[in-house]
Amino acid sequence: MTSRLAPLFGACAAEHRAALIGYLPAGFPTVDGSRALLRAMLDGGCDLVEVGVPYSDPVLDGPTIQAAADTALRGGARMRDVLAVVESIAGSGGRAVVMTYWNPVHRYGVDAFARDLAAAGGLGVITPDLIPDEAQDWLGAAQSHALDRIFLVAPSSTDQRIAATAAATRGFLYASSVMGVTGARDVVSRAAGTLVSRVRELAPGLPVGVGLGVRNGAQAAEVAAFADAVIVGSAFVTAAADGEAGVHALAADLATGVRRTAPQPA
Amino acid sequence: MTKMVSIQPAPNAAQPDVPDVQGHFGRYGGRFVPEALIAALDELTAAYTDARSDPEFTARLNGLLADYTGRPSPITETPRLSEHAGGARIVLKREDLNHTGSHKINNVLGQALLTQRMGKPRVIAETGAGQHGVATATACALLGLQCVVYMGEVDTARQALNVARMRLLGAEVVPVKTGSRTLKDAINEALRDWVTNVDHTHYLLGTVAGPHPFPVMVRDFHRVIGLEAREQMLARYGRLPDAVVACVGGGSNAIGIFHPFIGDSSVRLVGFEAAGDGVDTGRHAATLSAGEPGMLHGALSYLLQDSDGQTIETHSISAGLDYPGVGPEHSWLKDTGRAEYRPITDAQAMEAFQLLSRTEGIIPAIESAHAVAGALQLGAELGDGALVLVNLSGRGDKDVDTAVKWFNLLEGQQ
Repeated sequence: MTSRLAPLFGACAAEHRAALIGYLPAGFPTVDGSRALLRAMLDGGCDLVEVGVPYSDPVLDGPTIQAAADTALRGGARMRDVLAVVESIAGSGGRAVVMTYWNPVHRYGVDAFARDLAAAGGLGVITPDLIPDEAQDWLGAAQSHALDRIFLVAPSSTDQRIAATAAATRGFLYASSVMGVTGARDVVSRAAGTLVSRVRELAPGLPVGVGLGVRNGAQAAEVAAFADAVIVGSAFVTAAADGEAGVHALAADLATGVRRTAPQPA
Repeated sequence: MTKMVSIQPAPNAAQPDVPDVQGHFGRYGGRFVPEALIAALDELTAAYTDARSDPEFTARLNGLLADYTGRPSPITETPRLSEHAGGARIVLKREDLNHTGSHKINNVLGQALLTQRMGKPRVIAETGAGQHGVATATACALLGLQCVVYMGEVDTARQALNVARMRLLGAEVVPVKTGSRTLKDAINEALRDWVTNVDHTHYLLGTVAGPHPFPVMVRDFHRVIGLEAREQMLARYGRLPDAVVACVGGGSNAIGIFHPFIGDSSVRLVGFEAAGDGVDTGRHAATLSAGEPGMLHGALSYLLQDSDGQTIETHSISAGLDYPGVGPEHSWLKDTGRAEYRPITDAQAMEAFQLLSRTEGIIPAIESAHAVAGALQLGAELGDGALVLVNLSGRGDKDVDTAVKWFNLLEGQQ
């Protein structure tokens, strides 16, 4: 199956730059608010947005995203709202994937979710707590409904697991740059570069996105020097305090970063 | 004299291929965790597999279980309590007499020795009632390991005595202020710590939930309860009990006493869950009675969740049972019909708490009082001469404060 995100990565490669991917939970601070913020992130320079499914037990998220998910859930955000947000982004020409812990999808029904997400115009799903070993249903559903399936690898992953995970992946492989939870950090981890090199060797040709910790254009430039996509989450959630202007400005700064040719960190 | 029995490979008598190598009990179990933790889970699986066939490890663990914990724990017949059980005879397996006051120490000593074996200097744990936290802090003091315990803020308040005990033992207790601020959120925080510090830290999970290998490994460390009790029943009564009962939160004490009886088809296995204000009220923690399959904390199992797959906040007077999930093997035992699970309300549990205290001079943990209440109910159904074995998983010293409030004990009311 051809990846739904292949045109995006093709275009970025032609421009000799990394893609910029921004994350925000649907329903944060409200459903309409998240729709506007995600639109502003795309207008500011994100090539793709990850629409997060707010979840009660986000074990891979730090305090910033936990608090945003709590706000969304307290506001009554539901899976149907997530799909509606995706639909509005796709409807206005933006690219969106969904980022979700697995139980909400399991509960919705794996095939039904894939069907409804594809119908809404979503391009794929990032699954932080689903490993390919447990993903038989999802691999089948993604295939049937032509969705990309974006799995994660970590600095602790063995070569064998990186290869197997890459083989199950369509779109891009999500490399967690540090061992830890989401949250903006002052310094980009050196582990990220090492991990990306390992992926390049084990899965040549598969785009690799790096997430966890990036918060400004300078860091984006550092990551863009060795990765195919720079993924930013918590920093957008923080910037959302300043509304659409806040996330637009951050996206613009990051977009400049991914277009800068920066020396790889020593 | 009961001979010392400890960890042994534990083939399932009925279905030896359960769980499979990836830890699936039928459809339940498995590993629904971030990839970042897989290497540590594989390392743990390998270390555990290696250790349990190593006579030196087994000897060291058996030595601690005997000389430090005080195993084997006795069984105690309860004639005065049994007067309330419709003619049935209730026999208690006295895990409350273990060092640190509950069954939790069995698993903790096993995993603490494994931590040493893996060369990791730091241990983290979650705790609800504080019993697992106290046991973990104890084993870490004994073996010289650094110990951090995550505990929901609601629980640090209602189990303050155990917070003090953990600190006395040298552990750091971190009150968790996210979500419902109970056991579920303590596990979330422990998982976040583990994913960050996994290279030098072991997550000493306290129940038979979580990703593989925890449900299997924790069960195996607790099987000693059922192995001893089975021999003790045969030795004293010349027969097996008609029913074995236990309380079920995550399900570690229950699986420990159930498992060696699974192949004995004449023995009913009955778990009692926390029904809080009542299953109909929505304020409860009766996962197997009222939940549906879903993923929480790394495994597929019955789960209290809403129609969108969000975990529901639970309620129980007992901090140790106040948990929306349950170990995957219990889900499998429920679906196969080998075990049954029933709800016991706060009020029923507290009545049994007081009754056992006054008839036998044994103050049980409120968790275990759910099993006692269940045994009285079941005894009435089974009738004359039935033998009911109850896992008395812990003692009630930690619950005196809760009892003071429930029974208004300091207002001169009896």
